Amino acid sequence: MTVTTITPDQRSAGLEERLERIWETAPGLLGVLGTVDHKAIGKRYLATAFLFLILGGLEASAMRLQLAGPERHLLGPEQYNQLFTMHGVTMIFLYASPILSGFSNFLWPLLLGSRDMAFPRLNALSYWVFLFAGLFLYSSFLVGQAPDRGWFAYVPLTEAAYSPGLNMDFYALGLILLTVSTTVGAINFIVTAFTMRAPGMSVNRLPIFMWGTLTTSFAVLFALPALTVACVFLYFDRRFGMHFFDTAAGGHPLLWQHLFWIFGHPWVYIIVLPAMGMVSDYLPVFCRRPLVGYTFVALATVSTGILGFGVWAHHMFATGLPPVSTTFFSAASMVITLPSAVAVFAWIATIWHGRPVVRTPFLFAAGFVVLFVIGGVSGVATAAVPFDWQLTDTYFVVAHLHYVLIGINLFAVIGAFYFWLPKMTGRMLSERLGRWNFWIMFVGFNLAFLPMHVTGLMGMPRRIYTYPAGLGWDTLNLISTIGSFVFAFGILLFLVNVWWSRRHGTLAGPNPWDAPTLEWSIPSPPPPYNFAVIPTVESRHPLWEAELGEGARSKLDVGPTLDQGRETLGTSALDAEPEQVLRMPEDSLWPLLLGLALTVTAYGLLISGWWIAGAGGALSIVFVAGWLWP
Amino acid sequence: MILPRTVQTPVMLHPAGPAASPLASLGWVLLGISVVVVLVVSVLVLVAALRARQEGAAVSRSGQGLTWIVVGGLAVPAVILTFVFVLTVRTLGAAAVPSHSAATIEVVGHRWWWEVRYRDSLSASITTTANELHVPTGQPVRLELSTADVIHSFWVPELAGKTDLIPGQHNVAWVQADHPGVYWGTCGEYCGLEHARMQLTVVAESPAAFRRWLDQQRQPAGLASASAMAGQALVTDGACALCHTIRGTAAGGALGPDLTHVASRRMLAAGTVANTRGGLAAWIANPHALKPGTAMPAVGLSGPELQAVVAYLETLR
Amino acid sequence: MSAPAIAALRALPVELQDRRAPAWWGVVFLIATEASLFAYLLFSYFYLGSIARGAWPPHGPPELRLALPNTFVLLASSGTMWWAESGIRRGSQGRLRAGLLLTIVLGAVFLAVQMIEYHNSDFGPRTDAYGSLFYTVTGFHGAHVAVGLLMLLVVMVRAWLGHFAEGRHLAITNTAWYWHFVDVVWLAVFTSLYLSPRLAG
Repeated sequence: MTVTTITPDQRSAGLEERLERIWETAPGLLGVLGTVDHKAIGKRYLATAFLFLILGGLEASAMRLQLAGPERHLLGPEQYNQLFTMHGVTMIFLYASPILSGFSNFLWPLLLGSRDMAFPRLNALSYWVFLFAGLFLYSSFLVGQAPDRGWFAYVPLTEAAYSPGLNMDFYALGLILLTVSTTVGAINFIVTAFTMRAPGMSVNRLPIFMWGTLTTSFAVLFALPALTVACVFLYFDRRFGMHFFDTAAGGHPLLWQHLFWIFGHPWVYIIVLPAMGMVSDYLPVFCRRPLVGYTFVALATVSTGILGFGVWAHHMFATGLPPVSTTFFSAASMVITLPSAVAVFAWIATIWHGRPVVRTPFLFAAGFVVLFVIGGVSGVATAAVPFDWQLTDTYFVVAHLHYVLIGINLFAVIGAFYFWLPKMTGRMLSERLGRWNFWIMFVGFNLAFLPMHVTGLMGMPRRIYTYPAGLGWDTLNLISTIGSFVFAFGILLFLVNVWWSRRHGTLAGPNPWDAPTLEWSIPSPPPPYNFAVIPTVESRHPLWEAELGEGARSKLDVGPTLDQGRETLGTSALDAEPEQVLRMPEDSLWPLLLGLALTVTAYGLLISGWWIAGAGGALSIVFVAGWLWP
Repeated sequence: MILPRTVQTPVMLHPAGPAASPLASLGWVLLGISVVVVLVVSVLVLVAALRARQEGAAVSRSGQGLTWIVVGGLAVPAVILTFVFVLTVRTLGAAAVPSHSAATIEVVGHRWWWEVRYRDSLSASITTTANELHVPTGQPVRLELSTADVIHSFWVPELAGKTDLIPGQHNVAWVQADHPGVYWGTCGEYCGLEHARMQLTVVAESPAAFRRWLDQQRQPAGLASASAMAGQALVTDGACALCHTIRGTAAGGALGPDLTHVASRRMLAAGTVANTRGGLAAWIANPHALKPGTAMPAVGLSGPELQAVVAYLETLR
Repeated sequence: MSAPAIAALRALPVELQDRRAPAWWGVVFLIATEASLFAYLLFSYFYLGSIARGAWPPHGPPELRLALPNTFVLLASSGTMWWAESGIRRGSQGRLRAGLLLTIVLGAVFLAVQMIEYHNSDFGPRTDAYGSLFYTVTGFHGAHVAVGLLMLLVVMVRAWLGHFAEGRHLAITNTAWYWHFVDVVWLAVFTSLYLSPRLAG
């Protein structure tokens, strides 16, 4: 075993230059394709996921135009069904989860005082496979056979007998491919959190965002295989004539629903917990005080993740489950409200006891809290089994889930962009435009989705491409359509702001918000090596220690320099005691190649090109071996 | 198209019978609590944000704030949720399928229409109709739900919540209308291309009127009058008979709705078009213009043929 | 961190080769998610079994004549893998190489016997839902055995190239963990598919 001697010194002359040379990505195409820098990967994740958000938003806009009035003929049923399915698939799989992975990828090593993720190449693989899975799913439009059976893909409607095209094969294989990305990403986050925190960053000093992503990553490990199994069954049924869901041969369609929702409900928490974590971290900065009830919020995050596995059947209340089990799932669905309520009141208390400085991220956080509560109480309404018999599959549920997913994910995310984009680019976004951005999004969103609660109560079912006049739904739908376009304009303003800031934004400097965590102790944008010396942390808010009168105990300028190569510090799992020096990999093309090979395999399976699939599989094995070869 | 004036907005909170009213009562309570909670929290957020605003405030650790979490995050929600849960369980009991019923109706989901079958316990005969349920008022009616293809869901907002129609499973639901009326229903589970046009109508009438209706429906189609003879020949010897049954004639197809008394129904093609002379003609002439996914083909009738067919079908009361 | 702790930083090992290595953690969590995958496969088996209208399994319990000895073959391969790994922990290249070779042979025998079992079976994956499940569950497991064999082949080549030594054997440890996992999964599959129908009587 090699033992290295490291110098915990002040930054010496030339240290930064030396580290820069060691850590910078190679110039040119090779660097672009082979980079393993978590910051580059994180930004790619963010940009790609946002692009999918825009695609999903365009799909939604087309649907809103179709539903603006009764009996409109802008879209036929086939087009509409493809659009609403791809809207769901896009937003849930290609936007909501990857955007959070993007923030986590960019921020984790910075929050942790580390120089990269535990497995930088795996990180690159995670991105490439996400990108390719997204392109794979969208390539279905090129052959006019986009998935069209809903993102939940209930059998037997998705079986070959009722869906003979390639549509649902794109769905099943695309999601299995995406599973690879999400799973390796989750493992990477967990191992990073367990082994690479700055010395002194014990678990009770983790930013809440990390609790969110960590909980989410565990949930991914245990929930996502259910989706994989379901999609494998579906593909086998469709392509090889197997009988998993075929009642005539001993199968059952509810098997799909159980597997899908055992995955699906934890997934809801997977795509909101890190976003809640981000708010828990940036809201206090603008309240000028630490988060109230850190421990409560951390525990609430973890318990939500765990309880999330016990509520899946509340999606199945109308399927004729026995009353004992519906009662159980109803109770579980109400209990899971408690940790959310804890978080909400922790945020309110933080604002109440703070001295709020109202900036754009604060507005998004405050708006987020209100939308969260609306989405929460409507969720309780759907957890009450008998009322859910009425509510399920109506526009009430459409309203509910958009309050949850846009309210808790997108509002938190846009706020997080206002907060952290200066760290990524070095320039501030326009505050003035930011306020317009918030208020237009907030008003537009509520205008679009608040009336949908009523439309649902008035009997309008989901997933219908048109509706008759005379049922009283016309006006409300028109309002929703107008609101959705106002909302879309708000998103456009955000893009304008980002574009404007690249040139004209004021320079951010290391810590424009006077924020407390490690990422604000380094330049904006951060250098390739992140930290010139690995910091040592003595509290949850190392940059606020002096102001809070706790004495500047954390050491940000003195620590190991690790400048003998791509190195960072490995620490123990619970107390973050220094344990080892970790060697980090150089740029590598293996992740890209492996991602391509897996995608080739997916296309081979799609078109029953067994030789292609076999070749893709064999290449994947070769690439993995090449990757792991020392 | 415009629905007949008899159909009102199907508001689930305005129930028309005991299978739906416990659900609506629960719903009102839930919505009331929801509105109060949202208002309280919104006001708290607003006041909190405005009361101590301070530009350029320094960081400090003022106030503990844990009381907020214990009271607002745990105690109050726990009380509310316990109350809601108790109410939920009680409502489950109140809305359970009653042990006795005035009639049993089999409802079979098809892509994209409803087959409705009345079983006569005495004669073991079955009377089949489509897309329109008639029920006697003031009595519970048992519905036995099954599907011919994919998953559908039976839903009449004013009369009952959703119950899914699932292959390989026999689900039971019930409805009871307290007053005569026409209620709008629809398929509540996405079932493919024409899920939007899989609606149904429930007609509640006095037990006597219901009896009369059922007796009428039991009858085979009467002999066609002279003016309808031409149309009958076109229907029963032509393409229509491949898919449709008209009891009492040679038409015995089993793929589409039973047409024996089609003229007695209010709507055609599962709520797609009103059953008027014009609606019927438009539907037969070009079904895909009205319902692009329908399995019914345009059979290519000439103008006079179409008129004859419509004239015949209008006699099937 | 206090001054002595910083002083301790001066001498830190590079890339620990034991259970503190990130790669080891990675394998553990890979195993966790793979275990969930099999849990959901077996859930599906028991779910369909619990609502089956006729007999379950419809063709009677699968035969033990080959499967039982084959189970012992796979268990034995876990033993040889353990023997190989504990060998290299003590620096014995001979035990490492011999142990890996034996493990590969036993793993290959397991797969071969499973193929024979498939061949002899009187139902196929398209016969009914039970057949679909039986072949998918055992097939998924077989695929994991095959992946394990590939991993073993790679580390065996590396063993012959002298890549491993006492205190430098992380790849062996990780492969061993994966291989033991594949064996444990087989016990779960074997218990569920082969034994539980017999217990239910």
